[in-house]
Amino acid sequence: MTARLLTGREHARRRRRRFTDRLATGLVVLATLIVMTPLALVLVYLVGRGIGSINLAFFTQLPAPAGEAGGGVAQAAVGTLELLVVASAIGLVIGIGTGVFVAEYPGHPLVPTVRLLSDALIGVPAIVMGIVAYALLVVPLRHFNGLSGGVSLGLIMIPYVVRATDEVMRLVPTMVREAGFALGLPRWRVILQIVIPSAASGIVTGAMLAMARVAGEAAPLLFTAFGNQYWNFDPLKPVAALPLVIYTYSISPYDSWHRIASAASLVLVVFVLVTTLLTRFVFARRAR
Amino acid sequence: MTLGARDVAGAERRVEPIIELDSVSVYYGETRAVRDVSMAVQPNTVTALIGASGCGKTTLLRSLNRMHDLTKGARVDGRVLFEGQDIYDRSVDPVAVRRVIGMVFQKPNPFPTMTVYDNVVAGLKLAGRHRRSELDEVVERSLRQAALWDEVKDRLHTSATGLSGGQQQRLCIARSLAVDPAVLLMDEPTSALDPQATARIEELLAELKKAVTIVIVTHNMQQAGRVSDWTAFMHLGELVEQGPTDQIFTRPQVELTERYISGHFG
Repeated sequence: MTARLLTGREHARRRRRRFTDRLATGLVVLATLIVMTPLALVLVYLVGRGIGSINLAFFTQLPAPAGEAGGGVAQAAVGTLELLVVASAIGLVIGIGTGVFVAEYPGHPLVPTVRLLSDALIGVPAIVMGIVAYALLVVPLRHFNGLSGGVSLGLIMIPYVVRATDEVMRLVPTMVREAGFALGLPRWRVILQIVIPSAASGIVTGAMLAMARVAGEAAPLLFTAFGNQYWNFDPLKPVAALPLVIYTYSISPYDSWHRIASAASLVLVVFVLVTTLLTRFVFARRAR
Repeated sequence: MTLGARDVAGAERRVEPIIELDSVSVYYGETRAVRDVSMAVQPNTVTALIGASGCGKTTLLRSLNRMHDLTKGARVDGRVLFEGQDIYDRSVDPVAVRRVIGMVFQKPNPFPTMTVYDNVVAGLKLAGRHRRSELDEVVERSLRQAALWDEVKDRLHTSATGLSGGQQQRLCIARSLAVDPAVLLMDEPTSALDPQATARIEELLAELKKAVTIVIVTHNMQQAGRVSDWTAFMHLGELVEQGPTDQIFTRPQVELTERYISGHFG
């Protein structure tokens, strides 16, 4: 039907529809902008405040005494990596294992409960996970230690990894599994050598995002890893972490420390952004 | 009842059936999708299961290598004898059943993360056979059997998902043949393919039945007529009539079969 043949009433209806359409689009765009604004503001603020303090010394030197210029937070950058290693060892092994279980054994009587508990775990505040690790590993050892910090972060990771693994495993078409079964392969081999490789990129993405998620946690580390001003590679002694540096330095009275806190924040944000973008980029390309 | 297979001369000759179904019913929860089917499959023949959509032919096919074990709520009643042994017997390992009774599916389903080569040997490799010379041999033999060798011999180590649909389906056939099954179940293997690819697979069947017994589900009656020696016609979960293909197509004994064959429904 051409516009020429439209009656007046239809013209009005068309105009109203076009208006509604534009209004809805406008609202959606507005909502998007509102979401993006804090991220942009945080980035701009951190770059402005922190970029000046990021140099080689920041990553290679220990903190300078309060009030003195220079120094770095090398022990915290390394400490965060140490904590992430421990966290991943726990979060990925348990998380991927559980995820595979819920995705591949849907008929198992435990699955609905496991899935429910795992989802509920996502809502548990990080600091509660810290208390758990505190009770398990700090109290018996009678002093703060890196291991408990790693464990607390690992516990936070688990439900995220479970959900990601579960979701991507279920995306693998049933017919791929059936092809394996029809070749006379036992179930565990089908899962291990056909389904998991097919879902691998998604599982890795989920794992990376979970790591990025816990890399910035400070609360559970306050009374587990505790922080450290010096080098320490003993997981049974207090270990430094960037989020703890941010916390301690931000509430300090020294301006030089404030700048280091901003720089540490910038490093963390960039780490998380780069991890996220990298996994997306790499796997988006491999999926093609 | 055991049906005699015809040899080349056309004379009747008694052969032991390779698969016998003895009042097989398949249930999905409360629904009975296949009702009390008894039939026999002769070795080195092509048996076609035909019938309208939803008549239970795929369900029946999947009961022949215990694929229903993997479907929640599915249950099989009755006996399926492979070379005289009930595959649903307690002592039988379903994995072992599927190793002798392979399956090709409606849509080509190569393993997406594997190369052409790895797809073919997947069944062997994952069963722990790794000798390179043996695998090479199996790859060439299986791909030749599936009439795919000439097309892929230069791209064995590229991803299987890069092949065309028809090639992928022949790859899936090669993959099934690589584990040397006695029976190959095919569930509408050409329904997702174009006429040319379909013709290639149909040609292939005549060659393949020398090595394996084939049971094929098809909704295409012309296809059943072209490729099969035996035809079984199903309707609403029941086996209506079975017999030599030319007899079913020219002199069906049951009126329902005749009406289906002549296109009155389905």
